[in-house]
Amino acid sequence: MTQEKGEKSINLTVKVWRQEGPVVKGRLETYEARNISTNMSFLEMLDVINEELTLEGKEPIAFDHDCREGICGMCGAMVNGRAHGPEKGTTLCQLHMRHFSDRDTVVIEPWRSRAFKLVRDLVVDRSAFDKIIQAGGYISVNTGGSPDGNAILVPQEAAEKAMDAAACIGCGACVASCPNASAMLFVGAKVSQFALLPQGKPEAEKRALAMVREMDDLRFGNCTNERECEAACPKEISITNIARLNREFLKASFF
Amino acid sequence: MNWFISTLWSSIGKKLMMAITGLCFCLFLLGHLAGNLTVYGGKDLFNAYAENLHALGPLITLIEILLLFLAIVHVLTGCFLFYGNFRARPKRYIKKKSVGGRTIGSATMPYTGVFMLGFIILHLLNFTFIDKADQTSFQIISNTFSSPFYVMFYMIAMVVIGFHVSHGLWSAFQSIGANHPKYMPFIHIVSIVFSLLIGAGFGVLPVYITLIS
Ligand code: FES
Repeated sequence: MTQEKGEKSINLTVKVWRQEGPVVKGRLETYEARNISTNMSFLEMLDVINEELTLEGKEPIAFDHDCREGICGMCGAMVNGRAHGPEKGTTLCQLHMRHFSDRDTVVIEPWRSRAFKLVRDLVVDRSAFDKIIQAGGYISVNTGGSPDGNAILVPQEAAEKAMDAAACIGCGACVASCPNASAMLFVGAKVSQFALLPQGKPEAEKRALAMVREMDDLRFGNCTNERECEAACPKEISITNIARLNREFLKASFF
Repeated sequence: MNWFISTLWSSIGKKLMMAITGLCFCLFLLGHLAGNLTVYGGKDLFNAYAENLHALGPLITLIEILLLFLAIVHVLTGCFLFYGNFRARPKRYIKKKSVGGRTIGSATMPYTGVFMLGFIILHLLNFTFIDKADQTSFQIISNTFSSPFYVMFYMIAMVVIGFHVSHGLWSAFQSIGANHPKYMPFIHIVSIVFSLLIGAGFGVLPVYITLIS
């Protein structure tokens, strides 16, 4: 392999949570990742380890991923105690190995939350998020001819804020990094993206109530405003969205 | 379930209860501190203040009952939140680092809360539920603060309250949904200033009292 400019190779000690299934006991296992190019992404580094494991006839490390472009929300793990690793506003697939140094030890654990059941190794079942969306994360529109694009006016500021909220890729880093395993940033973003737009207004009350109720029923923790979620979020979604959720929920309940 | 109960019982409802009761306690702290500052005017002013306060009679009883009610709501809701949050992550991380959101105040809320509950009970035993027949209010406080251990404990308690309030105050605004880029930075500053004011304002009192007794 020819080396690109500025490219280096590093060796790492990687400790990964291995667990065969939801009910069996898991443990941290140590692997040596050798000759890892600093241009690789974190997931490619795992690919390298997995290739070696496969050659040795061992079970590769299971981890979720899809786009590897930071847009689908499938990837994610705790890297040295931080959701999606040390870089701000970066998904695990977009985290590059140049942020690590030679001979670093890297501890990788799955998202931990009662509402996210562990499937295998680093893979967790995030269908709890889908259930919250099903409870109200949509707008109802009649089918028919397509409406005139300018029929409903949206102030530019509202559009921007709604877009910021809609940047949520549902990866679950907010839950994973929250000391209380709360899903408020996710629900806050999903409620906000509609609450800010005229199209979302008709069902705003029903939506806020139903989504919060579903979130509570799924046994996510309670937000105590620790702000770890917004710091860990790869899309840097602000907790002003949580405040908006609080507002929408209380308004819908009391008025 | 009745809509009112189910609203309060939801996760956001519980936070609302914490926020409103907490804000009431902040107001109480402010009033309490203002009253205590009469100590700087000398023994007589302080005793006069205490007497005037007790002369309010039923109004004081009413406020006491209200404070007790607020305390019960705040403590019980806090316990439910703590238990729920503890259960929300049955398997803990082996390695977990803060990414910069938490503060000492926010990370220690349940523990500073428990400490304060203990302190407040002791505080009431020392200053409220005490035989006031043959001693003035000033004598009571100067007697209690004559023990250096108690002074130490009291000052530590004030630092703890400062931390609790530093997170609690801005957090209450966030919980009731009052977060806006225009005034949230201001609320953050107010929280810090308020917690310093409470911590230092009360914390310096015992030193001054021991000096003048
Ligand atoms: S794999 Fe799609 S966001 Fe990381």
